[in-house]
Amino acid sequence: MNGKKLFAIFTSTALCAAMLAACGNSDSSSGGTASNGGGSSDKIIKVGIINNDPNESGYRTANDKDLQATFTKENGYDARFSYSLKNDEQIAAAQKYIQDEVDYLLLSAADTAGWDSVLKEAQEAGVKVILFDRTIDADPSLYAASIVSDMAKEGQTAVDWLKGQNLDKYKVIHIQGVMGSAAQKGRSGALNDAAAADPSKWEIVSQQTAEWSSEKAQQIVQAAIDQNKEFNVIYAENDDMAKGAVAALDNANISHGVGKDVIVMGFDCNKWALKELLNKNWNYDGQCNPFQSSYIVDIIKKLEAGETITEKTIIMEEKGFDANTITEEDVNTYGIGEEEAK
Amino acid sequence: MPNKMPSPPKTSFWARLFSHQIVIPIAALLILAIFNLISDPTFFRIVFKENSSGNKVLSGNLISIIDNGSELAILAIGMTLVTAASGGQDISVGAAIAIAGSAMLRILCGGSSSPTELQSPIILAFIVGVLVAMFFGAFNGVLVAFFKIQPMVATLILFTAGRSIASWINNGELPNVPGKEFTYFGSYIPGVPVPTPFLIAIACFIVIFLVMKFTNLRLYVQSVGINEKTARLNGLNPELIKLMSFVILGICVAVAALIKVSRISSINYSVIAKDIEMDAILAVALGGNALSGGKFSIGASVLGAYVIQFLTTTLYKLEVSAVALPAYKAVVVIILVVMSAPTVREKLSRLGKKLRSGKTGAESAKA
Repeated sequence: MNGKKLFAIFTSTALCAAMLAACGNSDSSSGGTASNGGGSSDKIIKVGIINNDPNESGYRTANDKDLQATFTKENGYDARFSYSLKNDEQIAAAQKYIQDEVDYLLLSAADTAGWDSVLKEAQEAGVKVILFDRTIDADPSLYAASIVSDMAKEGQTAVDWLKGQNLDKYKVIHIQGVMGSAAQKGRSGALNDAAAADPSKWEIVSQQTAEWSSEKAQQIVQAAIDQNKEFNVIYAENDDMAKGAVAALDNANISHGVGKDVIVMGFDCNKWALKELLNKNWNYDGQCNPFQSSYIVDIIKKLEAGETITEKTIIMEEKGFDANTITEEDVNTYGIGEEEAK
Repeated sequence: MPNKMPSPPKTSFWARLFSHQIVIPIAALLILAIFNLISDPTFFRIVFKENSSGNKVLSGNLISIIDNGSELAILAIGMTLVTAASGGQDISVGAAIAIAGSAMLRILCGGSSSPTELQSPIILAFIVGVLVAMFFGAFNGVLVAFFKIQPMVATLILFTAGRSIASWINNGELPNVPGKEFTYFGSYIPGVPVPTPFLIAIACFIVIFLVMKFTNLRLYVQSVGINEKTARLNGLNPELIKLMSFVILGICVAVAALIKVSRISSINYSVIAKDIEMDAILAVALGGNALSGGKFSIGASVLGAYVIQFLTTTLYKLEVSAVALPAYKAVVVIILVVMSAPTVREKLSRLGKKLRSGKTGAESAKA
């Protein structure tokens, strides 16, 4: 008994000691890098990256891979990543990074609201914040720069393209993303405006949310077909939903693509979707650029050189692809996903 | 409640009617059907026409319902058994579908994201999918049966982690299955005018019907669900039966996953079968099964699943605005679930009895 007790006490003290030692070690090492880094030109820049879950979509996977490839040890960064689709978890991660004294906090916020206090903490701690992909509702003085896609512009580019098709009548099935998301708002807005501006020519036959899901999109288009509705355009707010819609068209023997009965439009430029364009099964795909890291690196370099960022909101260049003009090269350059295959 | 009062003598027509569990989903189906008949009689039109691969197939709203509701109906079979045996629900079926589907695609595409031909036969992929889903079902089952963790908490683990596991199986790639054969499971087999998912669902019902008829599974599951201790005293092994119900649900998950991934020949880990667990539980509740376990009716649950799909299709047809859609669905669902709750059904059957036997009957019921 006594022996056992002694052993237990001994092991627990040993464990405690080990823990303390471990804490001490990590403290000193992080302090060390900070002091080593100060002043010298080839210093390691510590960045904390808070992103959404890479499994969310092909877009996010490409986005994460791009960041992972850029912020490496070889490129002079000590990067830490944390992923969450929930705002509170992201805020907790941000607080942890601030405590760890990172130099830059890169943030793609799950939600637009609730970031003020943690960004103030960052400012007080001297951590510079760069937003990517998504904006937040906070005072611009709280962050250094914001690199975003202009979803409304993406929608406008697509609708302008559609207008350029010079159809006599536009009868559109509009499949929306998750209601209230920035992508949905921007992409829906342009189409709604176009339909409202010229009701004699434009008619939205059916408008439903499929919540980015191809199965739901298939059901929505199926329901429209079952009711014998006439339509000649499918405007799906992402590629997956366009794919689901096309599956429903195929079941009903409705032709789609270049020179066919129904125009199919998608967004995000997944590689498989661009291949559909190349095969002329779809007509249009709008880009949503996931490659923000080069823009971020530019900003960091400027800040490190002591420059001030004058234009805080940087809108990335985004294209729209037409099935008639897309090339094999476009598919390989701009298509996202399937990196391993190439 | 049912134990405290003497069961009402089943003389009146209404009393007998409301004592049948299957009445509620049938009534719900009828109400939805009548509603659609009044608002638009063409809802029920079914046409026979060619699809783009040149097959003559049936199409129409009703066909869409039996087509799209089939995965849910298949899941409802397993979910009913789990509910009856363990008195709780598995909330990880959506995530498990992602895992099983991902495993199938991994086998079919051999790890590459856009192969030009199938890397393995479909049957092999399906068997692997079934094994994987059974394994995860058994994982949940062990937690529930042997570690006595609340089913909802035990399956919360897989609910949280499942979609990441699914993504990890394919290294985060979103593989596209080449060729036409694989799409048959989610659309039509050439020469067959009925959607394949419905045929698969019917096959599942027949299998489970035969199992119920020729084995003691129903009796065992019910006795474990009603009173675990008594079941043990009667020589049953409650742990094993609970575990078995989760493994059966695993098989259902794999079948549903096959249909889901076949529909689009691909997978999206975060949205595939999203929120289907809630619909599956709802189907069990709509079928009038007590969610606390015990007696069950698989047929009623399956009908419940099709009621949910009927409702969804009706709402799409009515063009309810996208923002308001969940609210409309919720209102209808609340009414249906309240109607099908065992206590409400009992009240209704007593009311029916009262109406039949007049005042004297009412007074005797009060006494």
